[in-house]
Amino acid sequence: MTDLKLYQVGTFAAGNRLVDLELRSVQAHADRANSITSGHRACQGCGEALGARYVLDAAMRAAGGDVVVANATGCLEVFSTPYPESSWQVAWLHSLFGNAPAVAAGMAAGLRALGRETRVVGQGGDGGTVDIGFGCLSGMFERNDDVLYVCYDNQGYMNTGVQRSGATPPAARTANTAPLGPEPGNAFGQGKSAPLIAMAHEIPYVATATVADLRDLERKVEKAMSIRGARYLHVLVPCPLGWAAASSDTIRLARLATESGIFPVFEAEYGEVTAATPIRRPVPVDEYLRLQGRFAHLFGKHARPDLVARIQAAADRNIVRFGLVEAEPRTGS
Amino acid sequence: MDHPFAITLDVGSSRANKTGSWRTERPLYVHNQPPCNRACPAGEDVRTWLYDAEEGGDAYERAWRRIMEVNPFPAVMGRVCYHPCETGCNRGQLDEAVGINSVERFLGDEAIRCGWQVTVDQPSSGLRVLVVGAGPSGLSAAYQLARLGHEVTIIEAAAKPGGMMRYGIPEYRLPREVLDAEIQRILDLGVHLQLGTTVTDLDATMREGRYDAAFLAVGAQLGRRAHLPAGTASHVVDAVALLHHLGEGDRPMLGRRVAIYGGGNTAVDAARTAKRLGAEESVVVYRRTRERMPAHDAEVREAEEEGVRFTWLSSITQVEEGSLTIERMELDETGFPQPTGVTEQLPADSLVLALGQDSDLRFLDGVSGIEVDHGVVTVDEQMMTGRPGVFAGGDMVPDQRSATVGIGHGRRAALGVDAWLHGRTTAQPDDAAPAEFEALNTWYFADAPRAHRPLLEAVRRSSTFDEVVQSLDADSALYEARRCMSCGNCLSCDNCFGVCPDNAIIKTGDPDTPYLIDLDYCKGCGLCAAECPAGAIRMAPEDI
Repeated sequence: MTDLKLYQVGTFAAGNRLVDLELRSVQAHADRANSITSGHRACQGCGEALGARYVLDAAMRAAGGDVVVANATGCLEVFSTPYPESSWQVAWLHSLFGNAPAVAAGMAAGLRALGRETRVVGQGGDGGTVDIGFGCLSGMFERNDDVLYVCYDNQGYMNTGVQRSGATPPAARTANTAPLGPEPGNAFGQGKSAPLIAMAHEIPYVATATVADLRDLERKVEKAMSIRGARYLHVLVPCPLGWAAASSDTIRLARLATESGIFPVFEAEYGEVTAATPIRRPVPVDEYLRLQGRFAHLFGKHARPDLVARIQAAADRNIVRFGLVEAEPRTGS
Repeated sequence: MDHPFAITLDVGSSRANKTGSWRTERPLYVHNQPPCNRACPAGEDVRTWLYDAEEGGDAYERAWRRIMEVNPFPAVMGRVCYHPCETGCNRGQLDEAVGINSVERFLGDEAIRCGWQVTVDQPSSGLRVLVVGAGPSGLSAAYQLARLGHEVTIIEAAAKPGGMMRYGIPEYRLPREVLDAEIQRILDLGVHLQLGTTVTDLDATMREGRYDAAFLAVGAQLGRRAHLPAGTASHVVDAVALLHHLGEGDRPMLGRRVAIYGGGNTAVDAARTAKRLGAEESVVVYRRTRERMPAHDAEVREAEEEGVRFTWLSSITQVEEGSLTIERMELDETGFPQPTGVTEQLPADSLVLALGQDSDLRFLDGVSGIEVDHGVVTVDEQMMTGRPGVFAGGDMVPDQRSATVGIGHGRRAALGVDAWLHGRTTAQPDDAAPAEFEALNTWYFADAPRAHRPLLEAVRRSSTFDEVVQSLDADSALYEARRCMSCGNCLSCDNCFGVCPDNAIIKTGDPDTPYLIDLDYCKGCGLCAAECPAGAIRMAPEDI
């Protein structure tokens, strides 16, 4: 029989009963590490809880279970570790809101001094990474410390009541960017792209990913774990609470964010973009925005098509900049 | 208390926190009815046998046996069925319908090639059942009744079994060795077949044969005639007789130019047959338009490729030697054709009438209780006539007329006969909700264009009776099976297990129930349902 592709659900679903076990995702295995287990207090449909399990389970498999994790304060910490309970089934260390990259760097240095092969992962939300911990993160990059740092980006300070962060998108409603005035919601032209800044440090590996593309995410974690030095992974994790979206739409939103071009999924090595995930089913940004209450003021009675057009223009720019349609679209296999 | 300074509690797992109490909706795995199953007149569980076939190798036999549960003719149906399953297939809304029919044919051919057989697994009931007519419906009923342990005798008027499968469907659509092989498998179950015998008095036959019940499936063998003024030298035949002669191995003479009057599949079969018998011109004359033609599109397309011409909106008013008078028609607002008074001549050496068929029901004269309405026999849900213990199906009862419908009737009637003989009522079929396209998450299905069956070259098609539509090779059949989206039923892709943020789905390892919801921790977010490719999970409100 010739090389026969497995079309039914191809490579897009977590598993496929027709393919060998090792070709299925880490998440398809009943014996996955379950790095963050049941009983955590994350909201229904939490993208961050999901993203953290995806990333750490893949890292655990890549490192044969020999992993330690430093966690910045934020949702991820608060919902997982109310004293004396813990959801973590990995060696896990609490740190402050702003110093997780530094703590992780210290752990890596300490382990090296002890002659241990244990791998170090630092992780936090976008607030702890893009804003508050940014100095520590930049230092970790600049020293090329042997840490994989993962930012779970839900585009705001969700734990403290949905305030704006440096990763909040333009026009989004948050507790402190009210949908009022001529430019309702978060201002255009502010905020920052942590992956591009990480690239500017010319570290060995930078990648973006989302909870909508599990296979891509796992591949990137595995690749990152095969590299030594500072690595940065930026994972989009929709937040049903902060985005005012249905809990069942978490993965759909992440998918629409990539398919609209709003969130480019790419990889870079030593400051150069090496690969981008092409858009498979292009959609206008409308489809992404309309599912979220934080953008509700752009539609309806006092619709702001002009602002939607500006968001679309940003997405179009990403498509050109990262070559999101030029590459051959994925057909799966 | 042996704790470090300032520590008073033991370390605990968050699993102590039963977050299932947050839930207002719970996910349920469903078994909805896929559109292919819903559409199949023979009652096949298409989704499930495709699911088996996807594994390839040894699983082909499992898939074939699942078809054989309801339909003893996979290789025949894989050729002649008009596959309403594919018309219903949800994949048609994504790219193109799954080629279910070609996979069925592949499985049927594999079975013949490998000699797979079926057995009677029930003890003998000692009861005798008469089947009148060895067409698709009668053979289907006989097959099911034999497997239920009854002693079955089929009485058939023709010289060979098969009914319209032999005497209506030309060989280029159904090679006779395929038909013979599948009929033989049924006879091998111990079914008695009495050929060349016409039942003229049902009561007498049942009495003499000491039959406990009967299933009647005599088909519709009489070609309908039209009142056409015709000259004495004109050559007019009816399509049923033409195809019947062909089935007996004759090659009727039709002349150089042949006209066929009618718009159904029989008309197209006759026209394609005329071409193969040497006609230079084979013209179908039909009163309505192509859109309103009851013949199936693929048949019409293949006929056109073979050089058959179609004259739409035309009725024949006069038949002379060598020529026909044709009147142009136009459709009125109800879509009914109305004459325009404009006529023209169409040269034709012979005219084949394909205007529909009637059942010869004279053998039922005087049989009490049986009701005949508009030329067909009235039956109930179990296919029983007004006469207790006498069932009927196929073309002689009111329904669509096709081999597949007949096979479905045969099975339903067999279950009805069995229940009646045992003084039971048949189980009501469970009424599962339809598996809608909207419930699927098609993102997860890889883009996979359909594999089409190759066609015989046109030159061989118009001169020989070789089979026109060829088989898929093994790889393409497997590929095609794997395009199935398993609508409304779990396909074991692990996506629910993967996407649950609360780790609240348990993988069981049991193929029948691959996943369970851990209700201690399920918060009811609905991600599993939203991301299920097959739409096999439904969110149901909790009683709060």
